[in-house]
Amino acid sequence: MSVKLFASLLESLVYTPSRNGKLRLLRHWFATAPDPDRGVGLAALAGELALKTAKPALVRDLVAGRTDPTLLALSHDYVGDFAETVALIWPERPGANQPPPGLAEVVELLELTSKADLPELIASWLDVLDASARFALIKLVTGGLRVGASARLAKTALAEWSGTALDEIEEVWHGVAPPYIPLFRWLEGKGPRPDPNGAPVFRPLMLAHPLEEKDFAALHAADWRAEWKWDGIRVQVTSGPGGARLWSRGGEDVSASFPDLAPSLTFHAVLDGELLVVREGEVAPFADLQQRLNRKAPGAKLQQQHPAMIRLYDILMDGEEDLRSLPFDARRARLEAWFARERPPLMDVSPLIPFSSMEELAAIRDGARAASIEGLMLKRADSAYVPGRVKGLWWKWKRDPLTIDAVLMYAQRGHGKRSSFYSDFTFGLWRGEELVPIGKAYSGYTDEELLWLDRWIRNNTTARFGPVREVEKELVLEVAFDAAQRSGRHKSGVALRFPRIARIRRDKPASEADRLETLMATIPD
Amino acid sequence: MLSPHPETWLCTRPEGLYCKPGDFFVDPVRPVPRAVITHGHSDHARPDHGAVLATHETLVIMRARMGKDRAGRVQQEIPYGEVLEINGVRVTLRPAGHVLGSAQVVMEWKGSRAVVSGDYKRRSDPTCAPFEPVPCDVFVTEATFALPVFRHPDPAEEIGKLLHSVALFPERTHVIGCYALGKAQRLIALLREAGWDRPVPLHGALMKLCRLYEELGVPLGPLEPATVANKALFVGNIVLAPPSAIQDRWARRLAEPVPCLASGWMRVRQRARQGGVELPLVISDHADWDELLDTCAEVQAPEIWITHGRDEALIHALAQRGQRGRALHLVGLGDDEIEDEPGGGE
Ligand SMILES: [Zn+2]
Ligand SMILES: [Zn+2]
Repeated sequence: MSVKLFASLLESLVYTPSRNGKLRLLRHWFATAPDPDRGVGLAALAGELALKTAKPALVRDLVAGRTDPTLLALSHDYVGDFAETVALIWPERPGANQPPPGLAEVVELLELTSKADLPELIASWLDVLDASARFALIKLVTGGLRVGASARLAKTALAEWSGTALDEIEEVWHGVAPPYIPLFRWLEGKGPRPDPNGAPVFRPLMLAHPLEEKDFAALHAADWRAEWKWDGIRVQVTSGPGGARLWSRGGEDVSASFPDLAPSLTFHAVLDGELLVVREGEVAPFADLQQRLNRKAPGAKLQQQHPAMIRLYDILMDGEEDLRSLPFDARRARLEAWFARERPPLMDVSPLIPFSSMEELAAIRDGARAASIEGLMLKRADSAYVPGRVKGLWWKWKRDPLTIDAVLMYAQRGHGKRSSFYSDFTFGLWRGEELVPIGKAYSGYTDEELLWLDRWIRNNTTARFGPVREVEKELVLEVAFDAAQRSGRHKSGVALRFPRIARIRRDKPASEADRLETLMATIPD
Repeated sequence: MLSPHPETWLCTRPEGLYCKPGDFFVDPVRPVPRAVITHGHSDHARPDHGAVLATHETLVIMRARMGKDRAGRVQQEIPYGEVLEINGVRVTLRPAGHVLGSAQVVMEWKGSRAVVSGDYKRRSDPTCAPFEPVPCDVFVTEATFALPVFRHPDPAEEIGKLLHSVALFPERTHVIGCYALGKAQRLIALLREAGWDRPVPLHGALMKLCRLYEELGVPLGPLEPATVANKALFVGNIVLAPPSAIQDRWARRLAEPVPCLASGWMRVRQRARQGGVELPLVISDHADWDELLDTCAEVQAPEIWITHGRDEALIHALAQRGQRGRALHLVGLGDDEIEDEPGGGE
């Protein structure tokens, strides 16, 4: 029954919006699914299931042989997705009485079966499964499985289910492979800890807390080191005899998106830094980096026009030596020494910012206006490298947000707990007589403000499009954001970083909201 | 003597399907002097007709929904199977298996027989009498789910899915969107069959018809109004509400509600996901694709008339089976059990 069980897990994951709900479903899977299906499912969830896949044409031919073409076309028209159409329309075979295959069996047979025999094999499975399992199977064999959960979430569920720290699972993760029998044995207390033996391993990152007014008052300049907070992507660089990887902050392998950095990774160390796109010494807008991240195999042109580099700020391992228990100052000295020795291309070291008082540091922060700098990082001089977000060791001290007064234009219902509230807001600025939408915000307000907004929207709706309501152009919202950047992809020509609702300006008439030109003028060319 | 083709005495008019010699309409969409009503759903049973002929249950439901005065100036009950002559047309009502009191209208004139099925289903339903196929010359059917992608699973399996989710999220409220007449009561009956004996909290809009079902002899077990005062009842429970309420302010009283929707449309993911449904339940009071075709075959009618729905696919499939399909394109049917419903109507 396991393909069916796995299919219903996938279906529930897709329909369940809340993180906690997804975790509950995953824990239930780990607790109840039999081996080896349990681990094959985990591999599919973690995106680590390397499967020989069939072409969509195979499924097309199969279903064409069993259904009327007119009915198939009408059904496809109605359903939209072809795989789903096939799953639903596939005629059940009364008397096809074999038991449905297990998940591991499916994966194994796909590997072993010759191309010529594949259609018959797949058809025999479709005959004995129900619609939701047929859908999962078709997506699985054609390589289009979307699971509605990330690798990180699957591992978090694994940690919660087994009572093992997530960090410990991450440490061994890259030394285990599907169907993960030794991993499950270890997590259930029935076997030894798997040995990640030299393979590149993601080590959980040390994270910072946002610095608030009350925390700031207690800081003494002498205890702290400061760096710029770059608006890039946090990466961990792992390189050694077992191979080299770039890991995202969540432990995802993003190496494939940055082949231009691969020649730099010839050393043996684990480093922490920021991935940036830099042109002629200038850090490019975040959107440029995002384009690189979105491409799994970027072309030469993209690599050339969006050159990537890594700005280092910490060292976790030098060779086999684990430096994480050293204080920050000692690690920093090791990082600088390591860098002087290795001189890896396309990397540099994020400079320390000298300061002698907290007041001086505050002035430095206020003076930073470049879009590539989000503010400052404060790191305790004597802090070890501790995974996770331990309060009081690292602070992120973002510069004050910029604000604009914008007019609410559209509202949409939120998800999960917020699904009964209009909680996603599209707002715009004036250009001449017309309002131009410039962004969306779905945070920043208090519960009370949300209730008020929800009521206001219901009472001031002028049109409805599905879940979206258009409202009277009367309500002014003060919107805070971290940076504004020019963007060709937006009608307004501008994109905001992290817009959120700072205040509802009931006092202000819509005609006095900000103008688009005013915002554009604040963006450096 | 050759009997007349039903075409000659049964036709469509703007008001709906009209029997000429009998001078009455079946499920007319606007007020007419004489109407036969198949069942109480508001797209079939409209107010302010002159004389209304229907089953006892349908008339009780109509009076409850539209008020005694608007359910027909003259209201005539007729039990299933009893023959009534109207201007030489023999009229009989047979169970349609759709909701309590639902009936097919069997009409015979000069040896020719037409059956108007209204809405119908073929699955067993503890809350109403099962569909009885009647051989005929013309069978008038709906085509709500007339695409081969619509094959309703066993409702007991869907209830199993629901109870599994309730067990997995014992601190949350599962709130099922369902229409007030038929679906709500069938869901409760299915839950009872599955051994669910807790009091079922109901949205105010569902209570009246559930009470009515009980008065008409369909036991539903303990029911409670889902009021804020009954909040303690919601944890880990299954609450029923109209589809428009499950995502609305009303649902805020519930404990971290899991929005569910019970409808044949839930078979298609995109339809289910549009409305933010977290647990789609494919439970329908209409025939699915196979049941439509099987029923058309069982009644042995050479001609099938289709009132509303996806007639194109059904006509195509009937042609391959040697039955002639004809689309009547009746307006106003199949779109009224819903208001602002995420999943569409039945
Ligand atoms: Zn109906
Ligand atoms: Zn209907």
